[in-house]
Amino acid sequence: MIGVKGLLERWVFNHRQDESVPVFIIRPSKGLVALNLRELWQYRELLYILIWRDIKVRYKQTAIGAAWAVIQPFFAMVVFSLIFGRLAKIPSEGLPYPIFAYSALLPWQFFAKALTEASTSLVVNERVITKVYFPRLLVPTAVVLAGLLDFGIAFLILLGMMVFYGITPSWFILFVPLFLLLAIITALGVSFWLSALDVEYRDVRYTLPFLTQLWFFATPVVYPSTIVPPSWRALYGLNPMVGVIEGFRWALLGSAPPDPRMLLVSSLLASLLFMSGLIYFRRMERTLADRI
Amino acid sequence: MGDIAIRVEHLSKLYRIGPREPYKALRDTLTAAMYAPFRAVSAFLSGRRSAVQNSPSNSYVWALKDVSFEVKRGEVVGIIGRNGAGKTTLLKILSRVTEPTEGYAEIHGRVGSLLEVGTGFHPELTGRENIYLSGIILGMKKAEIDRKFDEIVAFAGIEKFLDTPVKYYSSGMYVRLAFAVAAHLEPEILLVDEVLAVGDAAFQKKCLGKMGEVAREGRTVLFVSHNMAAISSLCERAFMLDSGKLIRQGFAQGVIQYYLQSVTSTEVVPIDQRQDRTGDGRVRAVSLQIESADGDKVIRSTSCLKITIGYRSNEPLRYPRFLVGIYDYTNRGIFLLDSDAVGGLPEVLPPEGSVTCVTDPINLTPGRCYVNLAIFKGGVMADYIQYAAWFDVEAEDVYGSGKLPERDWVLCILRHKWFLNGG
Repeated sequence: MIGVKGLLERWVFNHRQDESVPVFIIRPSKGLVALNLRELWQYRELLYILIWRDIKVRYKQTAIGAAWAVIQPFFAMVVFSLIFGRLAKIPSEGLPYPIFAYSALLPWQFFAKALTEASTSLVVNERVITKVYFPRLLVPTAVVLAGLLDFGIAFLILLGMMVFYGITPSWFILFVPLFLLLAIITALGVSFWLSALDVEYRDVRYTLPFLTQLWFFATPVVYPSTIVPPSWRALYGLNPMVGVIEGFRWALLGSAPPDPRMLLVSSLLASLLFMSGLIYFRRMERTLADRI
Repeated sequence: MGDIAIRVEHLSKLYRIGPREPYKALRDTLTAAMYAPFRAVSAFLSGRRSAVQNSPSNSYVWALKDVSFEVKRGEVVGIIGRNGAGKTTLLKILSRVTEPTEGYAEIHGRVGSLLEVGTGFHPELTGRENIYLSGIILGMKKAEIDRKFDEIVAFAGIEKFLDTPVKYYSSGMYVRLAFAVAAHLEPEILLVDEVLAVGDAAFQKKCLGKMGEVAREGRTVLFVSHNMAAISSLCERAFMLDSGKLIRQGFAQGVIQYYLQSVTSTEVVPIDQRQDRTGDGRVRAVSLQIESADGDKVIRSTSCLKITIGYRSNEPLRYPRFLVGIYDYTNRGIFLLDSDAVGGLPEVLPPEGSVTCVTDPINLTPGRCYVNLAIFKGGVMADYIQYAAWFDVEAEDVYGSGKLPERDWVLCILRHKWFLNGG
């Protein structure tokens, strides 16, 4: 144990090193708040550790741990292949149905998991939020980003399946990160909105299962978007996950390239969701601790 | 600017009170939004400025009202006041957990806030992992924790359990680890709320020592506590808050004296407002006053209690029985004062009035006691209020030696003598 004297000396020493003393002004905020992205950067270590915590805690209590990341999409793929591929004979753009479904299930499950977990994340972290200050935006962001690990693990299986089915990716595979980014931005945008709303209206959590299910059918996971009439494609693209999933299939499996209008609409809407969610969240953040 | 650490001007905070709605339903907001234009029109037509503004005023309360003060760099200031006086609200605003409704505060330096023990701790994670998690949440940098890691572990004394999930820790170990992390924060300004109310006496002393060190180093500390001994030993200045207002500030000793005099003497609990009561309601307790029977302002270790219960009924009260239970904070019963067991009350009481119970010396160690109150009529429970009131027993030099056992060790004080045999 370090003696009190040593401790004291070191403290004083460290204290002198900090020359600049930051000044914080506390007052009721009015109107639109600055997004204050610089502050988010200053708190990046907190973001890392929250991501780490979410991953660590999720797998700590499970018996098979990270295997869940594979089991969920894998079994969904098996069931979908049986029902939609074999029985309903839904077309799969000339691809084997299992890999057709699995390549879509990856981004979809990343998105769905982010949606359900991040939306309730503020309420779940209520204790910390009411006791210490930090940019609350980091809480849903950490949950969304923590889902990338599961995505990564499940992606390895996809690569294995591509080998199995003898599908060689073209150089289009370089576009995969772009579509993943689109998925992340969409997930973040929706999470900002829903997590802030969930604090005020606990209705949100009851709507979630329903919302996720509807969204699932509005997204080309079990069917190709080509069965949507061309005149409706732009409207269909209002669901940003359409662009993500079509992009994934195209970049990885070489299916038909996504309709550019649809892709444009998807990207614009994702950005809109993200920006508006960011602004709304920042506005709600100020009084979050009182309402939670 | 120089030596000012905290400047607060006219700080106010409005809170919603009452039976708090668990959440707003989306439906209500939507309907409210739909009717809003009509309401504005009707308000305009009827000449009122706003129909919305005047309706909810009674369900809001100023948790903090027009508080202004300055704290200089290196000062340690104690904040005292009754429960609900606004102490925690003040710390929450200064630590930016919540925003003020009005007013302004200026903080020179990084703020570390300890509003609870173990902020950010996760039960599934190990001690080692929680040191990092909690440390970063409280505002440390990872590199800083790396440097201090061994010191934190040594301070907490949990070397052997470093890789055990904290859910398996005893509550003592948990508190020690949590405080060890917090004690190694190095902000310019430290806000501490009552965290010393937990943990064993020896560890409390260690924490107080650590805080003393912080103070000697020129860091600023705001310290909320009910522990007057801690306040007077650590702080040179103190603020007293009451109903959200700063009603007293000055040298710690003076403010503490004022606080002790004001608390117990005026403690008439307005229990007629309480809704959380059971019993058939044929009699209701309307007031409860607990004071020292010798007219002293505070209740001390050897005070006799004088408990006055006001009651109201629609008819004369036949065969009444008054029961007062006194408990410690772990809810273990200390005393049961039973009018049936000792007699003394007439068989019929007037429909409205008050009864008084006077006890022998309580001989309790300093600390908080909680009071339950029940009234029976003809053997049937008419009214029962849990936690009707609390009171603090203040330390008293019972043995004349200045040494008194603490509440964490024992509950009661027994005067006693020692002799050498065969002398």
